[in-house]
Amino acid sequence: MPTHITVKGLSLYYRDNCVLKNLTLDIERNEIFTIIGPANSGKSSFLQTLNRLNDLHAGFRKTGSVTLDGDDIDGIEVETLRARVGIVFALPFPLPMSIFDNITYGPRMHGERQKKVLADLVEQSLREAYLWDEVKDRLHQPAMQLSGGQQQRLCIARVLAGQPEVILFDEPTSGLDPISTARVEETMLILRDRYTIVLVTNNVAQAARVGSRTAFFLMGELVEVGETKNVFTRPTDSRTDEYVTGKFG
Amino acid sequence: MNVRTQQRIAISVLFTCTVLVVLPVLLILAIITYKGAPALSWEFLSAMPEGGMNAGGIFPAILGTLYLVGGAILVAVPLGVLSAIYLVEYSKDNAVSRLIKLAIVNLAGVPSVVYGLFGLGIFVIFFGFGVSILSGSLTLGIMILPVIITASREALESVPRSFRMVSFSLGASRWQTIRYAVLPHALPGILTGTILGLGRASGETAPILFTVAAFYLPTLPESVFDQTMALPYHLYVISTQVPGIHEEIRYGTALVLLLLVLILNLAAIILRYQFRKKKRW
Amino acid sequence: MHQTRPSVTLRKIREWCIERVIFLCGITSIVIVVLIFLFLLKEGLAVFRHVGLLQFLLGKSWYPISDPPQFGVLPLVIGSVLVTLGAAAISVPLGVASALYIAEIAPRRIKEILKAGIELLAAIPSVVIGFIGMVTLGPVIKSVFHLSTGLTALTGSITLAFMAMPTIVSIAEDAITAVPRQYREAAAAMGATQWQTTWRIVAYAARPGMLAAVMLGLGRVIGETMAVMMVTGNAALIPHSILQPVRTLTATIAAEMGETVQGGDHYAALFAIGIVLFVITFAINGIADLYLHRTTRG
Repeated sequence: MPTHITVKGLSLYYRDNCVLKNLTLDIERNEIFTIIGPANSGKSSFLQTLNRLNDLHAGFRKTGSVTLDGDDIDGIEVETLRARVGIVFALPFPLPMSIFDNITYGPRMHGERQKKVLADLVEQSLREAYLWDEVKDRLHQPAMQLSGGQQQRLCIARVLAGQPEVILFDEPTSGLDPISTARVEETMLILRDRYTIVLVTNNVAQAARVGSRTAFFLMGELVEVGETKNVFTRPTDSRTDEYVTGKFG
Repeated sequence: MNVRTQQRIAISVLFTCTVLVVLPVLLILAIITYKGAPALSWEFLSAMPEGGMNAGGIFPAILGTLYLVGGAILVAVPLGVLSAIYLVEYSKDNAVSRLIKLAIVNLAGVPSVVYGLFGLGIFVIFFGFGVSILSGSLTLGIMILPVIITASREALESVPRSFRMVSFSLGASRWQTIRYAVLPHALPGILTGTILGLGRASGETAPILFTVAAFYLPTLPESVFDQTMALPYHLYVISTQVPGIHEEIRYGTALVLLLLVLILNLAAIILRYQFRKKKRW
Repeated sequence: MHQTRPSVTLRKIREWCIERVIFLCGITSIVIVVLIFLFLLKEGLAVFRHVGLLQFLLGKSWYPISDPPQFGVLPLVIGSVLVTLGAAAISVPLGVASALYIAEIAPRRIKEILKAGIELLAAIPSVVIGFIGMVTLGPVIKSVFHLSTGLTALTGSITLAFMAMPTIVSIAEDAITAVPRQYREAAAAMGATQWQTTWRIVAYAARPGMLAAVMLGLGRVIGETMAVMMVTGNAALIPHSILQPVRTLTATIAAEMGETVQGGDHYAALFAIGIVLFVITFAINGIADLYLHRTTRG
C-alpha cells in the first residue's frame, strides 16, 4: 500500500516541555493505524499535530516534518488541511445547533451554499456513520438531544461531510458504553475502505480488534511499530510486552 | 463575655450595618414614587414644557435622552464587542493585551465630568461638531465603552472552549469560528451588558453638560447637529437652577428618570436569568 | 470542496482585513486613554502661562472671574478631600460590614434580596440621588446642627457614602467569597465560632480585595460630580468645619464651564483641574487593580 502520511524527525514542545521526541514513521493509505500508550505518552499531541490543531495552543512548537501525499502540512492552507484531515474527539462535542447544521458546518464554512448539495451530503454522511435511520425524521432538532453514542456517530458523520482523506480518532470511545463502542468500532472498520484512519486509544483491546498496524508510545518516544498482530503476540521490546499484557499503564 | 454572646452581638452589628445600607435605597424609591406619582400623566410625558418649565410636560427631555442613549449605543456596541473579541479570541497574553486591560480599568474609573471635558475638547471643538447630539452621543458612548467591553468579555469567555476546537477542526477560519460557533452563544450576555450600558448612559449628566444639553428649547431637535434637552440635566436644572418650580414637577421628573433606568436594569436582570435557565451546556 | 482553490486566497484576504479591524478596535481603549490625557493637556496647560504650577496647586484663592483672576485650587482640593474622607469614614465600616454579612452570614434568600438592593442603588442616577439628598437630607442636617444652610460638606459625605456603597460592597463581597473554603473548614475544625472564623480568618485573608474595594469606592467618590454639586453648597472657600459648605474639584468644573470663554484662562484652568482629577483617579484605579489581582492569584 502507498504511503499517505510521512513523519520525519518530529519533536513537539509545549513551552520548554518536550512531549514527543524525534518521531519517524509512515502511515499508509486505507489502513487503521492505531497508537497505544499510557497517559502523557505524547499520542494525542501527535494526533493533533497532523491537522495542526496544536497550533492553537499558546507555546506549542514543533521541529521535523509531516507530509500529506508528499506535501508538507505547513505548506497547505490550514483550513484546507483540516478539511482533508478530520478529527473525532474523545468526547462527542455537538455544536448547540440542529443535527443538519452540525453536519453541514464544515462544508458551509468552505463556501457550499446549495441546499440540495448540503441535503445530499447530510444523508450520505449519516448513512456512512450508521446514524441515518435513527435521526432521519428529526434532522432539524438540536443535536444535543441525541444520546452519547449517537452524538459520537454524529461527530463522525460531521467529519465525513467535509470529504476528508484522513480521519483522526482521539480515544473516541472513552466516554461510551460497550454497545456504543462496538458500533463505533464497526463504523471504523467499514470506513477503512475509503479513508486512512489514525486511532489513538488507551484501550489496548480496541487496538487489537481494529488496528492494521500499531505503534506503542511511551513518555514521548516511539518504542515499537508494526503489524498489529505482531505487536501484540511477538513484541520486540519488553516494555511493549509489559504494556499490552497489562503489567503497567 | 463568652464566645456565643460575642458572636450574637457581632452578627447583630453586621446586620444593622447592612440594613443601614439597603434601607435608604428603599426610602429613596418610596419617597420619589409617593411624591412623583401624582405628576405622572400622559400629558406630562408627551407635552412640551410651558410657563417657564413650571407646567406642561417633559417630552423634549425624554426624547433627547432617548436620542443620546441610542447614539451612545451605536458608538459603544460595535467598538466594545469587537474590542472584547480581540481580547478573548485574538490577543495573546502579552504587553499589548495587558496594556489594553489596564486602559479599560482606568477608563471605568475616569470621572464622568472628565469625559465631559474630553468630549468638549475633542468633539465640540477639535472636530467642530459643536454642542450637539452627535458630540453628546459620542461622549456618552466612550463613557460606557468599559461596561460593554467587560460584559462582552465575560460573555465570550463563558462559551466553552470545545465549540472553538470543533469549529477549527472542521476547517473553519478564526473569524468563521467566532462568527458561527462563538458569537451566537455570547449574544445574550452581550445584550445584557448593552442594556446595563443603556441604563448608565441614560442617567448620566456630567458628560452631556458641555457637549449637548440645553437648558430649555422651544422646539424639538431636527438633526444630529442640534442641541437637545435631556432628562437628567432637566432634573438638575429644575431642582437647582430655576427657583420656584412646583415640587410635583421635580419629583415627577425624578420618577420618570428613575423608572427609565430601573426598567432597563430590570430588563437586563430578567434577560440574564432567562439565559441562565435556557443554557444547554 | 477543498479542491476549490481560488476561494483560498479570497478567504485569506478577508481574514487578514477582519483581523486588522478587530485589532484596531482592540486598542481603542488605549487610544482613548491617551487622547483624554492629550486633550486635557492641550486645553489645560495654557493656564500655566499665567500661574505657576505650585501657585495653581497650593494657591488659597479661587476667584476665576475677579480682575486679575486667581486660580488657586487648594480650597477645591480641600473640599474634595474633606467630602471624600467623610464619605470614607461612613462607607468603609458600613460597606465592609455589609459585605461580610452578605457573603458569610445571610441565608441564601436574604442574600439575594440584599444584593438586588445594592444593585438597585448602583443603578440610581447620581442626579436623582443629589436631588433627594438636597430635599430630604439637607433640611435634616440644617435643623439638627442649627445651621443657616443644610448643604454642607457633611451632607455631601453622607450622600457620597451611599454612592460608594455598591462598589465597596460588591467588590469586597467578591473578595470574601474568593477565600478558599478550606480556610473556613480548618477554622471550624479547630472549634472557632462562625463569627471568629468570619472575622479572624476570612476577613483577614480577604484584606487585599477589601482594600481594592475601598480604593475603587473612594475613586468613585472623588470623581462623583452631580450629586456632590447639588448637596455641598458650592462655596469655593477653605472650610473650617465639616458643617460648612464646600466645593469639590468636579463640581467646580461642572458649575463653571458654562460661564467660560473658550480658550480663555478660566476655561484652561478648569481643564487643568481635569488633569488633576484624571491623574488622581488613574493612580487610584491602577493601584486598586494591582491589589485585585493579588487576591485572585490567592
